[in-house]
Parts: sequence; C-alpha cells; structure tokens
Amino acid sequence: MRSRNLIIGGVLSALVIAAALISFLWTPYDVTQMNIPAKLQTPNGTHWLGTDHFGRDIFSMIMVGARTSIAVALVAVGIGMGVGVPLGLAAAARQGSLLDEVIMRGNDLVFAFPSLVIAILITAVFGPGAVNAIIAIGIFNIPVFARLTRGAALPLWQREFIMAARVAGKGVSRISIEHILPNVTNLLIVQGTIQFSLGILAEAGLSYVGLGAQPPLPSWGRMLADAQTMVNFAPHLALIPGGAIILTVLGLNLMGDGLRDLLDPRIRVERT
Amino acid sequence: MLRYSLKRLLSLAISLIIASLVIFLVIEVAPGDPASFMLGMNAQEDTLNALREELGLNQSKLERYLSWTFGMLQGDFGTSYTYRTPVAQMVADRLWVSLPLALYALALSTLIAFPAGIYAASRRGAPGDVAVMGATQLGVAIPNFWFAMILVLVFAINLRWFSAGGFPGWDEGLFTGLKALTLPAIALALPQAAILARVMRSSLLDILNEDFIRTARAKGLSRRQALWRHALRNALIPVLTIIGLQFSFLLAGSIIIEQVFYLPGLGRLVFQSISQRDLIVVESVVMLLVFAVIMVNFIVDLAYAFVDPRLRSRS
Amino acid sequence: MSLLSIQNLDLSIHGNPILNGVSLDLAQGEIVAITGESGSGKSLTAFSVMQLLPRGTVTTGSIKLDGQEVLNAPDPEMCKLRGNDIGMVFQEPMTALNPLKNIGDQVMETILLHTNQSRDEARKRALEVLARVGLPPESYSLSRFPHELSGGQRQRVVIAMAIALRPRLLIADEPTTALDVTTQAQILELLKDLVQDFGMGLLMITHDLAVVSDMADRIVVMRSGEVVETGVTKTLFANMQHPYTRALFAASAHEVNLPKAPEADDALLIVQDAVRDYPKPRTTLFAQREYTRAVNGISFTLHKGERIGLVGESGCGKSTLTRAILGLEPLQGGSIKAFGQEVAPDMPAALRSGLQVVFQDPYGSFNPRHKVARIITEPFHLLDNPPQGLERKNRVSDALLAVGLHPDDADKYIHAFSGGQRQRIAIARALIIRPEVIIFDEAVSALDVSIRAQILDLIAELTQTHDLSYLFISHDLSVVRTITDRVLVMKNGEIVEDGATQQVFTNPSHPYTANLIAAAPTLPDVKALSNVPA
Repeated sequence: MRSRNLIIGGVLSALVIAAALISFLWTPYDVTQMNIPAKLQTPNGTHWLGTDHFGRDIFSMIMVGARTSIAVALVAVGIGMGVGVPLGLAAAARQGSLLDEVIMRGNDLVFAFPSLVIAILITAVFGPGAVNAIIAIGIFNIPVFARLTRGAALPLWQREFIMAARVAGKGVSRISIEHILPNVTNLLIVQGTIQFSLGILAEAGLSYVGLGAQPPLPSWGRMLADAQTMVNFAPHLALIPGGAIILTVLGLNLMGDGLRDLLDPRIRVERT
Repeated sequence: MLRYSLKRLLSLAISLIIASLVIFLVIEVAPGDPASFMLGMNAQEDTLNALREELGLNQSKLERYLSWTFGMLQGDFGTSYTYRTPVAQMVADRLWVSLPLALYALALSTLIAFPAGIYAASRRGAPGDVAVMGATQLGVAIPNFWFAMILVLVFAINLRWFSAGGFPGWDEGLFTGLKALTLPAIALALPQAAILARVMRSSLLDILNEDFIRTARAKGLSRRQALWRHALRNALIPVLTIIGLQFSFLLAGSIIIEQVFYLPGLGRLVFQSISQRDLIVVESVVMLLVFAVIMVNFIVDLAYAFVDPRLRSRS
Repeated sequence: MSLLSIQNLDLSIHGNPILNGVSLDLAQGEIVAITGESGSGKSLTAFSVMQLLPRGTVTTGSIKLDGQEVLNAPDPEMCKLRGNDIGMVFQEPMTALNPLKNIGDQVMETILLHTNQSRDEARKRALEVLARVGLPPESYSLSRFPHELSGGQRQRVVIAMAIALRPRLLIADEPTTALDVTTQAQILELLKDLVQDFGMGLLMITHDLAVVSDMADRIVVMRSGEVVETGVTKTLFANMQHPYTRALFAASAHEVNLPKAPEADDALLIVQDAVRDYPKPRTTLFAQREYTRAVNGISFTLHKGERIGLVGESGCGKSTLTRAILGLEPLQGGSIKAFGQEVAPDMPAALRSGLQVVFQDPYGSFNPRHKVARIITEPFHLLDNPPQGLERKNRVSDALLAVGLHPDDADKYIHAFSGGQRQRIAIARALIIRPEVIIFDEAVSALDVSIRAQILDLIAELTQTHDLSYLFISHDLSVVRTITDRVLVMKNGEIVEDGATQQVFTNPSHPYTANLIAAAPTLPDVKALSNVPA
C-alpha cells in the first residue's frame, strides 16, 4: 500500500517532468505552427492527441504546457519555502515574542488573500503574465510553510536535545539551522510536494481566466479556456489538457502521501 | 466567553485595517491616471483637473485612504471610473450571485464530506474506506473549472437537464435561481468536499487513538458509540479550520467558475474592470472578498469556543 | 471459584509473541498486583481481560470472569461487561477524560449505558459516586470540565466512572505512576477502601514494588511476557524463589556506595534570593503581560565535592530553577553565581563550560539525526580551541569508557541504544569538557529499576574518578536519599527544608517534608519478614 502510492505517484510525476524537459529539445511539431487544414483532428497516427482549432499539435502543446505548469509551481513553492521556512523558524525560536506575534498575524493576514485575489491585484496593477502567477501563488505559499515550520519547530524547542545544545552555548540561529531544520525537513518535503500540486492547479486556474501565462506560451489552463466554446463538438480539446492536469496533480499527491508514509508516518499534511 | 469574543473582535478590526492599507497601497502604485483614461487621450487639461477634483484624485494619499475607508463604512464605495455609477450598487448586484454560490457550494461540500469522512474513518482499512479515499484522491486532483466544463457538456448540452450558463435573477423565484447555480455549486464543491472528507477522516482517526476513547470503550461503549459520542466533536476542531479556509477558496473559486457559466457575479465584474482599468471597482471588490474571508475566520474562531470549553474559560 | 481466572494466555501482535502462557487467579475482594519492568507484558495482560487490544493482536488460552469466557468474546458481549462488571482505571489521568464533556456527563454515561435509569436518577448516582471518590458536590459540580481539575482529581473522576455500577472486578493500570507522591498515597488509599466497601476484586498493574507491597494481597511477577513468580505478598517477599524477583527487589532497594564528600569550602555555585517569574501566554497583542512566580527567593550554596539533592512535587518550581542555574533563562531578582561569576543567558562560554546537565528523557535528549560522537562533543562548542583529530577522538573514547560504553559506539546513531545506554551517553556528553558542576535533572526517573540502579552506581563511581560536584533534582525520595549528602526540599517556589540527607530523612523538621516521606511507599524489610512463619 505504502510503496504502491510512492511508485504510482513517482512514475506519473516523472513522466510529466520528463515530458517538460524533453520539450526543450524536441516536440513532435512546432507548437506555434498553425495548420488550419488539419484543425480539430481527434487523436490519430500523425497527431497522437489530435489538433486544436488552429491545427496545432496537442501532444506538443501538452509537453510545452507541462514546462509552464512545472516552472510556475516550482518557483512558487521555492518562494513559499524560501521565505516561509525562515519566518517559521524565527517565530518558533522566539515563541511568544513580539516577533512571533507579528509573523503569525502577518500570516493570518496573507491567508485572507486567496492566491486568485492576489493575482487579480497584481494584474490590475502590472498587467497579466506568468510571472504574476508565480508571485501570486508564491505569496500564498509563504504562510503555509511559515505555519507548518513553526508548528513543527515549537515542540522540538521543548525537547531536551535542544536544551542540551543551549547548555553547550549554541545560539538561537545556530540551533535552528543545526537541530531544528534537519528535524523538520521530512515534513517540508512532503508539504512541498502537496504545495507543488496545488500550484499546478492554481496556475491552470489563473491561466484559464487570463491572469497567467499569455499567448503564445502554451499552458494547460489556456488550452482549456480555448476549448470551452468548442467543447460540444470537440470534447477532446477539453478532456486532454484536463486529463494532463489531473494525472500530474494525482501523481504528485500520491508521491506526497507515499513520501510521508516512508519518511514519517506521524506527519500530518495540511491540504487546503 | 465574552472576553474571548472581544479579543477576536479586536484582532478582526486590526486585520481589516491592515488589509485595507495593503490593498489601497497596491492600487496606488498602479501606473496611469484614471482621469485621462476616462476622458481619452485628447482631453483638455482643465477638464481633466475638474474630473480629478470630482473624483478626489487631487487629495493627499492619506486623505484619499481615509475617505475611501470611511466611505466604505457608510456603504459608499466611490464611483466607477468607467460607468460613472456608484460602485456599491454594482457590487451589491453581483454579490447576490457570488455569495449564494459560495454558500451553496460550502453547504454541498460539508454535506458530502462529513458522511464520507466519518464512513471512511469508521471502516479504516476496509474496502469502503479504500474506495472513499481513492475517490477523494481523484477529487483533490480535479480542477474545478474543468469539472464545470464537463458538467456543462454532460448535463446541459447532452442531457439538457440544466441550462449551460447565465443567471435568470432571483426575481424568477428561489428555485429557478438555485437551479441555475446548481451545476456551478457542484463544480466548486466536489474538489473541496474531497479535501474536507480527508481531513475529517484523518482527524477522526487521530482522535480515535486518544486515551479518552479507550476510557469510553472501557465504560462499555461500542466502537461506533465511542466514535459518535466522543470522537466526532473532538475531531470537529481541525475540520472547522478547514471549513473556514475553504470558504475563501470557494469565494475565489466562484470567480473562476462564473467564467465557465457566464454568471453575472463578482468575477465577471472584476475581469471587466481590470480590462477597463476601472481600478476603484477592483479595489472595492478585493476589499469585499478579503472582508468576507476575515469575517468567516472570525466566525470559525467563535465556533471553536462553542465546541471547546477550554477556550471558553481560558482568558 | 475465583472471580478472574487467566489460564495459559498467549498473545502476539502482528506475529510478534508478547505474552507466553500467562496464568493467574483473583478472588472476590482480593487485590492482586502484576509487577515487572517495561516490556514484561503486564499492561497487555490487563487489557486482555478488557479485550481492548491493539489491532493485529492474536490471543489464545482462557480468561474467565466468574466462569464466563471473555477471551475472544464478541464485542457486543464485551460491551455489556465493560463498565458494568469490569471497571478500569488508566495511567494517564490528564488524557483519560474527554476534554469537551463535563465530568457529570462522563460519569453518568456509564450509568445510562448499562441501566434503565432516568437522567435524574443517573445524575443522583453520579453525585454519590463522585462524593465517594472524594469529589463532594459542594466543591466539584457535575458541570466542571476536565481541564479545570488537577491530575489527582481527574484520576478520581476516572475511578468514579469505573466504579459507578459497582463492578465485580476493577483493573487499575499504573493508576498512580503519573501522580505526585502525596496524591499517589491518597489514590491508593481510596482504591483500597473501595475494594473493601464493594467487595470487588482489584487487578493492579504497577512497576513499583514498594506500592505493591503496601497494597497487594498477592503478587504476580512478570518478565518478558512470562510469569516468573507468584504468591501471597508477605510470603513472597520473605522467600523470593526466582532470581529475577530477587534482582528486582535488590534493584528497588538499591543503595549506592557514595564515597565520603571531601571537606572543602570553595563555593562553586551560590544561589542568592533567586526569583523567577514566568510569563503567562500572551493572549492579545497589546494586553499587559501577566506573570506567575515559579521561584520565590531561593538561596543555597553548592561547595566543591558536595552532592546536593533537590526534591519537590511537580509544579514546585524545580525545573524552572534548573533552567535558571544553567543560564538558559534570566532571573527577575536575586543572583546566581558560579565560580564567582554571574550566571545569565549571555554569560561567557568559559563559564558555561563549568556547568553541564543530564536530562530525564533518554529518548528526547538527543538529536536523532546525529551520531554519538557528534552528540557528545557538542559541548566542545564552548571551548576556544576545541580538540581536533586524534585528541578529539581520544576525548570521545575516554568519555565513553568512563560511562561504561565502548569507544566504537561513537560512530553509531542513537537509535541503536537502549534507554540505560542513552542515559550513559547523556552523562558522557556532560563529562566531556570536565565541568565543575553537573546538574542531574530527573536523570534516572524514566528508567526501569534495574537500569536505574546501574546508573546510580555509575554516578557514585564518577564522583570518585572525576571529582564530581552535583545538584541532583528528583521527585523520587528514595533515589535522593542514597545519592546525595545534602537535600533541599522545595514547595511552591520556596525551599522549606535544607539539611544533611540522613538527618532530613530520619528527622524532618518541616511538616511538608514529613508528609512527603510518610506518603512515599516503602519496601518491606525482608529480614523482618523472613522471621514470620509463612
């Protein structure tokens, strides 16, 4: 059961990542190449996943779209971890202090801005684009990691090995890096996988409403937006990108669950 | 209990003030002069000035912030740059679509998730549990707007049970209104229900491992009785947190879902306003969304105290 | 016929055999105690009677209650017995009650579940039962919630739930292990009374031989899932047959050979009117912080070569004082001086290196991701020129050898060691930079008696080889009695008695000390017993 989750999830995730990487070197067709005579084909021998209303090859677009999704979600998780984890460590190290209070209240505040709302604000000011999507999802990830890190670090600070380190004269930041961080890494890996999958969902949503990646950069969300008016006579335009999103997110979630069981069965993942 | 509520109320007020500041400042940074945008490229300088005066754009930032916030407190959200109508009226009309949609979805999500989570927890490891967990694993992975498209394809286009989009308005009767919101609500609710069911299950399983469940069993309660009488209420505490968070996701999600169903909600208003650079509308809608999220979290905090006597007596 | 009869009980969990042919009998009105160290299977034996066993448990044999087979009985049948015919009391009163339900509802639940009484009748009965266990309705209304009660009071509520319907058999699993010694005495007294009043049988599980000898009519000694010896309490103590029983008894009564303290006047540690306030959790951003005074004007001096004990019940402030002495938390009044210099959170490393500590929990006091060498050399951080290369290796080997471990252990991870070995590693970590003073903070409290005896011997040996001076903090009077020269008794943040250990124990001057000593259960004098004809 345990390793099954990890294997299925790992294989699915690896496939998507491989598709994204290969797309840098090779795609069956050029994704910007329109070929109106060949438009709206259902999957067949020459176009494995068919073509869209401009005759572009959907398989190639899915490959390049994977690149966009993964890049946006990965950087967003990076921002969330890079800012959130140090904040969480600092808050835990000074539990009950003004710093802790400010960090936690700030977190609560950011939670009041769903990533879509942040994206709306940014887009209103700077115009739409993939970078805005990254920032919006990234900002929303910060409190997730800050809370998680603080929550996991607090009980560690009560543990006797931390006291022993303090008796050995080690300072707060050194203890945070040397003792606390390695003991929350498993948790961060698991949550990182989950946030990664949530980031892919969020990127798809933002691109779908036009706040994310802009043409001509292919993205799964925009493929779905394009498909919407044609769903009654060309359902494969909606089913294929949707399937790609579902399989990717499913794969990452299964991998996250598998990793959790493997690394530490006591870890509880928050999925929101 | 009273002190607890007052404290929560105070932190609610602080959150609102800071949130309004953040939103105001972000919109302030936006390039471009709304007055020249409204009057077009060829407007005369004195006409522009007159309009700026009328819109209060010549005031200092502080004055504008204060008049914006105090205006909102009195229900005055300013005047749309594009339509020259009160923003409050525009928003209120749209809110009557978006808010019921989010609440409808929240109700559906809870109604699905609770039985599913409890069922799975009470049959841990059994085929029923595995089936429910597999379904939720899939549900979590489905993007709600894609699911909405599929629902339209199946239930509106093929089966013709529902209309593919649009909203007739509440004047047509409650049932007609709800029917128009049903597919969007299902699309929003199912992925959230999957998350909530998982939280419910794992929270219940955690509680079922607690010592006091063993005490309850030692009294002679069956496993099922112990779950219903002792575990469920304790398990509700983390579930409440998630429900609170989900509301903000549903509200935000409804903005996207409105695009699929062509619903005249806040989402449509916001995207329209962005493309027309009607920033005062964007500002107000965002503030309203944030206000709703903060209010819901406040209500969840009060609900904690209702569930947990330790919170009532502490402080 | 006996009330409870366990015959040839075998138990395995996920295929791992845990119990092997356990048999015991218990008559009505009798108190039988199962004793043994951790891993002996004593608690699982008790839970087998309740049929509340972990998933994956397989049992064979027979457990009969008044002739009725309960082993592998269907759960609905067991539900009728549990709470009605068999009551149970647990080890951890802090978590044994549902935090969201008031105590009245929880006691009434037992009654309503098994009888047809109305809620009013059940409420009346609940009030009676709570009064019977020492929670009279005047002070403890039914609407109280568990978090408003102390550990001892919660244990009384658990007992009330267990005896509300006057079960024939009461099972108590380490009912006083989590409680202070004075509370323990009261709870044990209550259990004894109840057995007499109701004519119940009491099956009690405890690791503490002293408690056993006070309480039980008969004893069952278990080791590694087997019964090694069983008999009437007095006879068994007078005439221990099995070597394990003798070893267990010897370890429980163990007295170390503490070398005489050298005469010296150098004051290493001077605590002068120390005051330590604890901030209550901040409830809002702007609220005035509120404080509780945990340490209230404590003074004492530790001289070179002295071994001082600090005893007190939980919440008396001894842990808070320890952290202040270690310079982990600031004082709000008075001063602590070590080797003439002020102890404070920002004190220089050189001063810190003179004060080291050994903590209680052998499982929590090491970073699970580090190897032993890295763990025990952590205090080298305090040295300006920490030893490198071969010298470092030698220091590690020396420290490990000093605590009875092997130099090769340096390259192992901590999970490879047992609780006793871990406590040796903790001592090695404290010793490695040759501190002047070591603080033992409940350093043997989490250990089984036989391991505890070994660690105490090790400490006594180290006082000789390493010139140790120490402060030994413990709630366990018998340990402090053997391992210290002087003892301080602490209550509510103050020291109520300070004197030579033997003097304080034989002739306490403060009534609180006298209370503590009287409440502590004592082992029987075997020599006196052996003269009694069996």
